[in-house]
Amino acid sequence: MDITCLTAVELGKKIRAGEISVREAVEASLAQIDKVEKDVHAFVTINREEALKRADEVQKLIDAGELTGPLAGVPMAVKDNMCTEGVLTTSGSKILGNFVPSYTAEAMKRLEAAGAVMLGKTNMDEFAMGSTTETSYYGVTRNPWNLEHVPGGSSGGSCAAVAAQECFYALGSDTGGSIRQPSAFCGVAGLKPTYGTVSRYGLIAYGSSLDQIGPAARDVTDCASILEVIAGHDPKDSTSVGRESYAFTSALTEDVQGMRIGIPRDYFGEGLDKEIKDTILQTVKELEKKGAIVEEFDLNLVKYAIPAYYVIASAEAGSNLSRFDGVKYGYRTEEYEGLHNMYKKSRSEGFGAEVKRRIMLGSFVLSSGYYDAYYLKALRTKALIKQEFDRAFAKYDVIVAPAAPTTAPKLGSSLSDPLKMYLSDVYTVSVNLAGLPGISVPAGIDSKGLPIGMQLIGDCYQENKIIRAAYTVERIRGYARPQLAAADEKGGRQ
Amino acid sequence: MADRISDETIEYVGILAKLELSESEKEAAKLDMERMLDYIDTLNELDTEGTEPMSHVFAVNNVFREDVVTNGDGSRETLANAPVRSEQSFKVPKTIG
Repeated sequence: MDITCLTAVELGKKIRAGEISVREAVEASLAQIDKVEKDVHAFVTINREEALKRADEVQKLIDAGELTGPLAGVPMAVKDNMCTEGVLTTSGSKILGNFVPSYTAEAMKRLEAAGAVMLGKTNMDEFAMGSTTETSYYGVTRNPWNLEHVPGGSSGGSCAAVAAQECFYALGSDTGGSIRQPSAFCGVAGLKPTYGTVSRYGLIAYGSSLDQIGPAARDVTDCASILEVIAGHDPKDSTSVGRESYAFTSALTEDVQGMRIGIPRDYFGEGLDKEIKDTILQTVKELEKKGAIVEEFDLNLVKYAIPAYYVIASAEAGSNLSRFDGVKYGYRTEEYEGLHNMYKKSRSEGFGAEVKRRIMLGSFVLSSGYYDAYYLKALRTKALIKQEFDRAFAKYDVIVAPAAPTTAPKLGSSLSDPLKMYLSDVYTVSVNLAGLPGISVPAGIDSKGLPIGMQLIGDCYQENKIIRAAYTVERIRGYARPQLAAADEKGGRQ
Repeated sequence: MADRISDETIEYVGILAKLELSESEKEAAKLDMERMLDYIDTLNELDTEGTEPMSHVFAVNNVFREDVVTNGDGSRETLANAPVRSEQSFKVPKTIG
């Protein structure tokens, strides 16, 4: 049996039953990495020795009955914008090319306590600014379904690693779609929780009021199981929310009877690839057959989400990235005259083009004279967008949307026109502005052989509704794996 | 609304952003920013009169806690990341004349 074909929860079960050792699982992942990483390049750092050492430690704890959870012993990967003690954390940037954190992000800490074995750190757009993973200083990641195409972004490394079976699941972060869109492009399940559900402590900030950490995994069961571990109130994150329930796996039932599903007309009009539209609407029909009540509706203000998002995200980025100054950590330019020149040269040499573009825009919209016209205007728009969703969720349990207007574009086709790239985030950014949970699940394959993702959006704190709907979609659609990962497989799942 | 971004504005934003842009980068930044702002201006179609700016989706309250040290002395690990250090300090160029 090829171990790497299993889901995280399936593997965890076999490990606890003593059928597979943690070391075997880690070795299988490392072997898969050796096989495909030269093509896919999902990782910035591979933590080979440490992972094997950790495997033996975790095995002992499992054998001693101290680790009993579903993810104990399961090898995984972490997006490179989450701090990991003693392990290089670059955030995809040259400016953090030598940064070794002295502490671990809370989400990863919780996974470690649950017995996770970290294989390495995954590639990403620099500081999570991008939709293709092409803005990484450490080279591009390729889509395991077709190496000529991008994996999406910014959590492209995490999603590609899961799809290529280099790890059993990965953590990503989502500021404007950065988990859901690459999950769709790579044919995996990816969940962005309600804002405040997962601690941001140790996540290198991009847009603090929008950022959330979440799982990218083989299936919805894994997503819910991972979320159950990483979610929880954390006093170290002042925006962390204490929730009434964290029982996400209780929603893993094939049951949409009476579920009210809203289809926003504006999301299925012009600009959406026809194959994606047909696949999603066909899947919705299947949900209807299973008892869901489906209705089209007008979600207004859709066209204002992207401009509002880029003002807010850039403003927060400009402020957050001011910490990179060549003093406390990271890159410092070699020659400089005085302090300010050192700051400017270090930052100019350390940041890539897209990051500079957003810092400039952010500094502009926050500058005196423009603050009201741009920044406050965007925050007012955000309030109106939130109201639109409130109105929608008074009528519907779940909103269905595409995750992106197209399937994965070709490498090299997106960066030349930034505005066009920003526009491709149209179906995902509103969810961050309104703080909502969203999940992308595979819904089919297009005629080019690339995965189509379907996004399910819930009201704040209603993860369980989207998990239930996504689980049902998964029963209808099944899971397909890329050729690259399936090459040696015999039998196994569909 | 072309030409909203003058050379002076780019210069000024560069100072705020603490970025040193070459002449060609400045020109590119001007074009990029004008194009983005033209697009962002679609927000002006929207009547936001009487709508309060929303910085966070949930009511955010100040979170207080006792000032108790929980992470011990991490100075060695912290300083290990400094590009230039001396003994127990971060080393920076002269800051006052």
